[in-house]
Amino acid sequence: MQFSISSSPHQSGQQSVTRVMGLVLLALVPGTLAMFWYFGWGPIINLGIATATAVAAEAAVLHLRGRAIGVTLIDLSAVVTAWLLALALPPLLPWWQTAMGSVFAIVVVKQLFGGIGHNPFNPAMAGYVLLLVSFPVTMTRWLPPDVVSGSALSLADSLHIIFSGTPPLGQTWDAISSATPLDQMRTELSQNRMIGEIRQSPLWGDFGGRGWEWIGNWYLLGGLFLIWRRVIGWRIPASMLAGLVLIAGLFWAIDPDTHPFPAFHLFSGGAILGAFFIATDPVSASTTPRGQLIYGALIGLLVFVIRTWGGYPDAVAFAVLLMNMAAPTIDHYTQPRIFGQRGRGDA
Amino acid sequence: MAEQRKLWPFHGGLHLDDHKAESNASPVRSVALPRRLILPLQQHIGQRAEPVVSVGDAVRKGQLIAQATDYVSASIHAPSSGRVVEIGAAPIPHPSGLSDTCIVIETDGLDSWDELPAAMPDYRNADAADLRERIRWAGIVGLGGAAFPTAVKVNTSGQRPIDTLVINAAECEPYITCDDVLMREQAADVIDGIDILSHLIGARECLIGIEDNKPEAAEALRRAIAGRASGHDDRPIEVVVVPTLYPSGGEKQLILLLTGREVPSHGLPAAVGVLCQNVATVVAVADAVLRGRPLIERIVTVTGGGAKQPGNLRVAIGTPIDFLIAQAGGYSTHINQLILGGPMMGFGLRSDKVPLTKATNCLLAASRTETPNSQPERPCIRCGECARVCPAQLLPQHLYWHARARDFDKAQEYNLFDCIECGCCAYVCPAHIPLVAYYRFAKTEIWAQERDRDKSDLARRRHEARVARLERLEQERKARLRQKKEALDSKSGKTGAGDAKKAAIEAAMQRVAAKKAAQQVESGTE
Repeated sequence: MQFSISSSPHQSGQQSVTRVMGLVLLALVPGTLAMFWYFGWGPIINLGIATATAVAAEAAVLHLRGRAIGVTLIDLSAVVTAWLLALALPPLLPWWQTAMGSVFAIVVVKQLFGGIGHNPFNPAMAGYVLLLVSFPVTMTRWLPPDVVSGSALSLADSLHIIFSGTPPLGQTWDAISSATPLDQMRTELSQNRMIGEIRQSPLWGDFGGRGWEWIGNWYLLGGLFLIWRRVIGWRIPASMLAGLVLIAGLFWAIDPDTHPFPAFHLFSGGAILGAFFIATDPVSASTTPRGQLIYGALIGLLVFVIRTWGGYPDAVAFAVLLMNMAAPTIDHYTQPRIFGQRGRGDA
Repeated sequence: MAEQRKLWPFHGGLHLDDHKAESNASPVRSVALPRRLILPLQQHIGQRAEPVVSVGDAVRKGQLIAQATDYVSASIHAPSSGRVVEIGAAPIPHPSGLSDTCIVIETDGLDSWDELPAAMPDYRNADAADLRERIRWAGIVGLGGAAFPTAVKVNTSGQRPIDTLVINAAECEPYITCDDVLMREQAADVIDGIDILSHLIGARECLIGIEDNKPEAAEALRRAIAGRASGHDDRPIEVVVVPTLYPSGGEKQLILLLTGREVPSHGLPAAVGVLCQNVATVVAVADAVLRGRPLIERIVTVTGGGAKQPGNLRVAIGTPIDFLIAQAGGYSTHINQLILGGPMMGFGLRSDKVPLTKATNCLLAASRTETPNSQPERPCIRCGECARVCPAQLLPQHLYWHARARDFDKAQEYNLFDCIECGCCAYVCPAHIPLVAYYRFAKTEIWAQERDRDKSDLARRRHEARVARLERLEQERKARLRQKKEALDSKSGKTGAGDAKKAAIEAAMQRVAAKKAAQQVESGTE
């Protein structure tokens, strides 16, 4: 009797790229719902725009590259990129800016480098940074969380603002928008106000910005779910948050009047989202165990440095992109000791 | 029972469905003798054996038919009586699907034994070299699948002394149960074999590593140890139950697990004072020493959804696999692939018209659900799952990257040759990349390059030697001429007219040589 043959192993597990990406999306659901709860329809509309343009852009490039479209789209990586980008954007960003960031992330940062698995930079963060440096006004025009403003924008109003780029009739941008807690902290610190005074503002919650801190908690929940399902490792999130807390704690201990409490750094901006969902992007991160610890810790350090002395409202995107560049070098110098080799590569 | 011994877990590994229950429920069955036995001359690592019989010769069971030719080689014996009908190329069970030289015996059904060498019940007083010679005579090779000649492995002279004998009874691959049933049914033989080997290599103790999914076998071994005739200076034997975690039966993994000693990369277990033997090999040693029997049969597991009656069979080596499967009940309608070995490290057979060899521990007749259609290979997303499960602590994603790019130097820098091809990385890969196939490809290419380099090195050395030799001959010739001339000159002592004549002759010679050279250049350019 004749048989077909194949290379060993002849069994395989249930894991697939689609499943990995699907679990990431699932883990993003609590944080996304929290965004909806505090910021209304804006984030959800952004999500729709980003996803549609990302998928369309990926399909178009795959067609141009002569690759199978369906087989690649099913891996859901474009959706994950779009989703992460959308969550990082201000809720009322004009639609075409969202679309542009999304297309840039997929076409330039991902597909032009060879598609999934080949991008040296995190596509979502590269898209975010492109928008931030190109459109600094709209990109820093956030909404106050509903718990602060006391009123929510309706779906119709949100759609109107996003697609027309103008505030609703009879209202001004100043009336509806607000700075992020991080932004406000920086502005007020630069006016030589003390932390104690700044904390009097209604924008502040127990340890971070009101609303923001809870969004952070929901992202944390999703992130822990990913660690539990072994989709991501613990090293990068833990070392990034530890790095951030350590340096923030050091400066806070030295001068608590001009440096916020470390928990503020964790729960006010994109630190939690960044630690569990963005810095852990396996393609652009370090892959060796010790390398991941270094990679994460340096991201945490950079986040603090850029937030404290830099010119931008948040720093996760820049910190991640900078460390993406360093990842191959870190990997090279942190190769683990293999079985039967004592001491080698432990430098 | 003694308290649980401390274990040293190895990195990575997989929890797999063990699928042992399909085949280990019933005792070992014997199968009928086939009409023809096909015995490849190369069933082991090392040099091919040399036939010592010719076509037409009558042979008897246990008679030597092919002799080990080199130090690393193994003899082959007739598994039954009959007549040699052919010595020539026949398909063998090998991943390449190629043929190799085999001795074909037509059995006469009498199964009559040849005269066997005397048993050595008093092996404790025998010389180590005699014991090794007996093992070598019996053609014993590692029966766990590697088929390395055992006589070579147990020759530990000149190495670091061995203090621990590790018996590999882990049988960590799913589906395979031949060692399991062997231990249940022949536990006393296992212990006898261990005593012989311990004595031979001078080990202080013996540890039997067995996965916790074989409680009956472990119990049988413990009973056999307890029932050992006392009075000898036999070394302690301990059954160490280890958690079921693939690949705990990897030699280096098992040694670490049991002793905490890490065999160096590119090194042998002897470097850490350990010798490791498979449990079936140990029984073969007992057979050879205590009964004077060569290795002519073994237990093989026939299992899988494609086999009608999964189980274990005692089979003569050389039995054609199609005959064997028919004896075992035949294929079911679900048969899809036939795998020799286990599902993780075995290789597929294109045809079942190949013989069973010494190293064949399992025939997995896999159904369609057991060999799922390979899903499309996607780009690596560097998730690192492969590195998490790698028992050799390698970085499989980097190895893959360099193997794919044919950057073999880089692949070796990432320790390609420490890969044991256990398949854990490919099993967990979410991008369904056949990683092991890439590593094999890279290894094969590197070996080919090394062979080429060796060849060209040899050619260069030969060429240089030839040039040097010609040079030397020329020098010697010239020296002889000079001596002759000097002798002549000093004898005649005359000069003058002779010189002028000589100069004229020389000039003529030069003209001829120049003309010749010019002609040669011309013909060369044509």
